[in-house]
Amino acid sequence: MRRMLTGNEAAAIAAKLARVKVISAYPITPQTVVVEKLSEFVADGELDAEFMKVESEHSALSACVGAAATGARTFTATSSQGLMLMSEILFVASGMRLPIVMANANRALSAPLNIWCDQQDSMAVRDCGWIQLYCENNQEIIDTTIQAFRVAESLSLPVMVCYDGYILSHTAEPVDVPEQGDVDEFLPPYQPQYVLDPEKPVTMGPMGVPEYYEDIKCMQQEAMRAAKEKLVKVDAEFGKKFGRRYKLLERYHSDDADVILLTMGSLSSSVKEIVDRYRERGEKIGLVKLRSFRPFPVEELIDALGHAKAVAILEKNISFGSAGALFLDTAASFINVEKAPLMLDFICGLGGRDVEALQIKEAIRAASRAAESGEVRKAVRWLGLREKLVGLRA
Amino acid sequence: MKLTAGAVIVEPGNAAKNKTGSWRAFRPIIDVEKCTGCGICSIYCPEPAIHKGKPAKVDYDYCKGCGICANECPFHAITMVPEGKR
Amino acid sequence: MSEVPFPESLVAPGHRACAGCGCILAMRLALEALGKNVIVSMATGCMEVVTTPYPETSWRVPWIHVAFENAAAVASGVSAALKSLGKKGVKSVAIAGDGGTADIGLQALSGTVERGDNVLYICYDNEAYENTGIQRSSSTPFKAWTTTTPIGKFSRGENRPKKNLPAIIAAHGAPYVATASVAYPVDFMTKLKKAAAIEGPTYVHVLAPCTPGWRIDNSKTIEVARLAVLTGFWILYEIENGKLNVTFRPPKRRPVADYLKMQGRFKHLTDAEISEIQKMVDDQCKHFGIE
Repeated sequence: MRRMLTGNEAAAIAAKLARVKVISAYPITPQTVVVEKLSEFVADGELDAEFMKVESEHSALSACVGAAATGARTFTATSSQGLMLMSEILFVASGMRLPIVMANANRALSAPLNIWCDQQDSMAVRDCGWIQLYCENNQEIIDTTIQAFRVAESLSLPVMVCYDGYILSHTAEPVDVPEQGDVDEFLPPYQPQYVLDPEKPVTMGPMGVPEYYEDIKCMQQEAMRAAKEKLVKVDAEFGKKFGRRYKLLERYHSDDADVILLTMGSLSSSVKEIVDRYRERGEKIGLVKLRSFRPFPVEELIDALGHAKAVAILEKNISFGSAGALFLDTAASFINVEKAPLMLDFICGLGGRDVEALQIKEAIRAASRAAESGEVRKAVRWLGLREKLVGLRA
Repeated sequence: MKLTAGAVIVEPGNAAKNKTGSWRAFRPIIDVEKCTGCGICSIYCPEPAIHKGKPAKVDYDYCKGCGICANECPFHAITMVPEGKR
Repeated sequence: MSEVPFPESLVAPGHRACAGCGCILAMRLALEALGKNVIVSMATGCMEVVTTPYPETSWRVPWIHVAFENAAAVASGVSAALKSLGKKGVKSVAIAGDGGTADIGLQALSGTVERGDNVLYICYDNEAYENTGIQRSSSTPFKAWTTTTPIGKFSRGENRPKKNLPAIIAAHGAPYVATASVAYPVDFMTKLKKAAAIEGPTYVHVLAPCTPGWRIDNSKTIEVARLAVLTGFWILYEIENGKLNVTFRPPKRRPVADYLKMQGRFKHLTDAEISEIQKMVDDQCKHFGIE
C-alpha cells in the first residue's frame, strides 16, 4: 500500500511489521513520533507488544538488553543526547551480541544545544560495535529497518538505522508500505542462540578476564566483517521479494566520473540533483552514496572511487582535532592502494544548517581544481560557514 | 575449550572446578560427640562448604576456613585448627 | 566433574568471595528461598565479579550482568519480555549492592518501581563500594571509616546519615518493601518468598557485612549482622501496601557500642561520638515503636 509517511512514521511502521515484542524507548526531539506511534499501535492492539515507559535512554537500552537476552525481538529509537546517554550500553549490547534494532534520528550534539540535523551523534559512537546503516529517504527507512531485524538476528549483532532528523524524520514522502504477510515471510520469528531460561540456565555478561577478552573481541570484529556479506545477501533477498534493493553503496553516474562526491543520508538526494545538472552540461561528475558505514565497505569503495581523480566527501560531522569520520575511513581504505584519488573533506550541514546547491557546487569546484592540478591545497574545509562571524576562512 | 560469542557461559555452576579449599589457613574440625545435627553451620556457611547432618560434614575442597561455623555453633562442636597441624 | 558439589544450592561453591563474606551468603539464601524459576539481573559489584570470571560461573540459574547502574532496568526488560512471550512462572529478580542501588542505580530502580514492573529487587547492603576497595556510598553509616571518608585532621569518617532506601521505595507505593539481615535467614527467606509471590515491584534490603570493609574477623560476620539488629541499629520490618510491620523486636535492646566496638571501621569513635550515634539509633527505634 502506498502512503504519505514521515521518516519517524516509517520507522515505527517497520517495527510494527517486524512484530517486535518489546519496545523500550525514551522520547527526544526529533525522534518522539516513533515512540508515540508505537505507543498508539500497542494501545489499539495493532501491535502485540510490551511498551515500556522507561525513564531515560540509558534505562531504555538496558531494558532492551534484558528483553533481547530473554528471547524477545526488541526495538528502540533515539537521537543525539539520548544516544550519548545510552552510549555505555551500546558497547555492552554489541559485546553481548544481542540483535537489538534501533532507529536513530540524526541530530546534532550539545553544546550548544541543537535539535536539528547532523550526523555527529551516530558518528560519535561509530566504534560501539553496532552495524550502522544510513537512509536517503523514507522508503529506505522502512525497508532498511525491516532488513535490519533479519541482519541483526542472523549475526547476533545490533543494528542502528540512521536517518536525518527533521529532513526525513518530519518530512512526509510517498512510501510503499510492505504487506504484513510478505514481511512475515521475509522475517521469521526470533530464534536466539542463547536465551535466559530456567530450563537451560546460562550466564551472560561475565567478567572477561585478560586471558579471554581480546579473543572475544576479535570474534566480535569477525562478526562485523561477516556482516558485510550478510547485508548484501539480505538486501538481495529483500529486493527479490519487495522489488527494492539498496546494496552497501549506490553508484550514481560515478563509473566514468573524474570527480566523485561521497555522501551519506538525505544529502545524497540533493547531490543527485546537482550531478544531473552537471551531466546535462556534459561534465563527468558523479556521486557515491554510502549506505553501510559500519561495517565500512572498503573493497566496494575502492572499486567505486579508485578510478576518480578527486573525491569530495560531504559530511555532517567532525572528529574534533582531526577530520570528518567518513573522510578518515575512506582515506584509510586507500592507504595501501597504489592508484588512489585525491580526497577533500567538506564539513557541512552541522546543527541543521541547510546544504545549498551553491555549497555543493563549491565542493565540486574545489575537487575539480584538485583533479586538474593534481594537488590538494587544503584537505579539510567547511561549507556554508558565516565567515565574517567566525573570522576564519573556510 | 571453545569461546562463545558474547562470552556466554553455558555450563551452570562450573565454578565448582575451582577448589577454594586451598585458601584456608585454618580448618574446621567437627566434634561428632557434641554435634546435634542442628544445621546452623550449614545455614551460615557462605560457600557453601558444610553439609547438614549428624554430624555435620565439611567439604574441605571448598572450605575457606572463615570460622563462621565455629563461631555460630550453639554447642561449640566446631574448632578451628591451623592448617597443617593435627 | 564426577559429582556435582552441593547440587541443591543454586549458587555453586568455587566462587571468589572473601572467606566469611556476608554478601555471598545473602545470595545463597536468596536463591534457596526463590528457587530455580528465576532470571537474575545483577549489577556490577562484588557479587557479580566473584561469581563469574569467564569461563566460570557459580550461577545455576539464568543470570545476566549488564552494567553498574541498571540492574533494575535490565530486570524490567526481562520481565517485559517474559510477559510479551507469554512465559509464566518465571520471576525476574534484580540484585545489586548498596552502591548500585542507592547511588548510581537509584534512577533505574525508581523507574522500575514507578512503572509497577513485575520485578523483585534485592539490595545487598555492605554499606560501601566494597568491590572497588571500600569507598563510601550513600548507604555508609554515620561516622564509619571508608577510604573516601577517612579519619584525619578534618574528618571523622562519614559525615552524612545513611540514606533510607526502604523508605524511598515505600514512598513510591511499592506493594512490598522489607529489610533483612543475613543473621536472620528465616526472616530474610520468608520475606523473599512473600515478595516474589507479588506481581509487581517488590524490594528487599538485606544487611550483609563485608569483612575487609567493616574491619571484622572472618568468623564474626553473622555475629555482627546479629548485633546490628539486637542494638536497633538495623531494624527488621516490612511495609505491605503502606502498612508497617516490625518482624523482629530485640527483647532487650543492647547499647549500640556493643555493635560498633566489634568493627574496625568504627574504632576511632570517641565516647561522645558513640553517644551521638546512640541517640540517632534511639530516635530510629522510637519511630518503629521499638523500646
